[in-house]
Amino acid sequence: MSVDLATVKRVARLARIAVTEDEANRMVGELNGILGFVEQLSEVDVSGVEPMTSVTPMIMRERTDAVTDGDKAADIVANAPLTDRNFFLVPKVVE
Amino acid sequence: MTELTSLTIAEAREKLKAKEFTSVELTQAYLDTIDAANAVLNAYVKVTPEKAIAMARASDERRAAGKVGALEGIPLGIKDLFATQDVHTQACSHILDGFEPKYESTVTQNLWDDGAVMLGKLNMDEFAMGSSNETSFYGPVINPWKAEGSNQQLVPGGSSGGSASAVAAHLCAGATATDTGGSIRQPAAFTGTVGIKPTYGRCSRWGTVAFASSLDQAGPIARDVRDAAIMLKSMASVDAKDTTSVDLPVPDYEAALGQSLKGMKIGIPKEYRVEGMPDEIEKLWQQGIQWLKDAGAEIVDISLPHTKYALPAYYIVAPAEASSNLARYDGVRYGLRVDGKDIVDMYEKTRAAGFGTEVKRRIMIGTYVLSAGYYDAYYLQAQKVRTLIKRDFEIVFHDGVDAILTPATPSSAFGIADEDLAADPVKMYLNDIFTVTVNMAGLPGIAVPAGLDAKGLPLGLQLIGKPFEEETLFRTAYVIEQAAGRFTPTKWW
Repeated sequence: MSVDLATVKRVARLARIAVTEDEANRMVGELNGILGFVEQLSEVDVSGVEPMTSVTPMIMRERTDAVTDGDKAADIVANAPLTDRNFFLVPKVVE
Repeated sequence: MTELTSLTIAEAREKLKAKEFTSVELTQAYLDTIDAANAVLNAYVKVTPEKAIAMARASDERRAAGKVGALEGIPLGIKDLFATQDVHTQACSHILDGFEPKYESTVTQNLWDDGAVMLGKLNMDEFAMGSSNETSFYGPVINPWKAEGSNQQLVPGGSSGGSASAVAAHLCAGATATDTGGSIRQPAAFTGTVGIKPTYGRCSRWGTVAFASSLDQAGPIARDVRDAAIMLKSMASVDAKDTTSVDLPVPDYEAALGQSLKGMKIGIPKEYRVEGMPDEIEKLWQQGIQWLKDAGAEIVDISLPHTKYALPAYYIVAPAEASSNLARYDGVRYGLRVDGKDIVDMYEKTRAAGFGTEVKRRIMIGTYVLSAGYYDAYYLQAQKVRTLIKRDFEIVFHDGVDAILTPATPSSAFGIADEDLAADPVKMYLNDIFTVTVNMAGLPGIAVPAGLDAKGLPLGLQLIGKPFEEETLFRTAYVIEQAAGRFTPTKWW
């Protein structure tokens, strides 16, 4: 499988990364190089093989359904580029 | 003052105990050394002298009061991937500009709880994506090693290049690092230092910036095997804040050093003899086999048939997980924001400006292999191959093999801005060919210096162990270290 310019632009859009025409053109070659390299996986016979979900067999730990943290609104917004009264500010989303 | 920085952690520990010097004196010696060297080596992206001296002073007070932790008063460097409260934490990315977390990672908290002192944050490949430390927003790290008779600057390897360079050049007593595909072991091999990636789940991932969550593991880079054992004991823990942290007691790794190899079975996998591998690496490998044989170990030839598929599978699994993990950098909650005409435009411009070329490349690959219609062909196939890679190891361990000996890297350190590698990302990825299998199978692996090549550059051997049998690795690596000796670069910086 290989990607063309339109696919690269579509993937960049999905990944929310703005790309220029030049960058997109360069990425076509680079991504095809990597996809060509991983292509060899298709020759492995995986019939009856379960996909790995965890390297160590383990049961997800549970914890008591209790409040263990909180009251940190100021800490949470401390690193935000733009805030107002402990809210994150973003450009208008709904008209 | 250079005297103090030449001490290993174990040596400094004894001399601090004997009151030959204080932690403040030791810490100041390191700060002076960093001051003199960092402009050249670029190992630290942020030095924290006031904090270091305050921590050292507190350590000296604890010692005076009779409270002595396992790393009491020892000055360490911390990879920029670990969250350190109110201190620069940016994974060496532009997108995390100005980020100073309000919390501390579990691994670093464990070190401070044991009395260690933080000197500052170490350079790394952006988001730990790289094998040469050239993708950092803060510029490349320089390897303190140079080839004999050459003035060319070499890479320290990556992604933990700052950690490896700082340890090799004595800019810290030891350093934290992380390993997703070889990021502890490859730089350790390139700098003549010891690096161990423990079993997945041994160190908590809480507060460590995520790259590929099913592969990421923290571990130390240190000057020798003993120091690596001391550091891992402190870094490892059982942590309720990370559900993949494994509920097993942390052994005293140092106690494993010096134990006999008699009765141990060491596997030599034929698949690690790759085409184009320099003769020197093969020779080093044979030398390592001989050392272990001399120490009483039995050597057996083994086969790990899916080895060649580990790297291609990794370049599906790791970018896929990275594309999800890095979705959080959107210019809203932390770091860089580039304004746009609407919110999507803001996301796209922020991420375009904030991520470097290699990070974008991997996000793109990850997004593509997870996108509708390609998931089964790429991601699912890769996860099945991963099961087979792990099964290869399970079979040889079941057959009685205690540890596996391989080269750590296919070459010694290469030059900064190597044109061949820059032109072909896949060539750069091949650096991790011997290390990446270990991450795919979640196993522990240690890189230990074993010799110098014809150019006078360090080469390392890797030992791979069974899950949670890091002690076997320390015990075996110690035998190699005793036979090979230690390697220190000649100071030119």
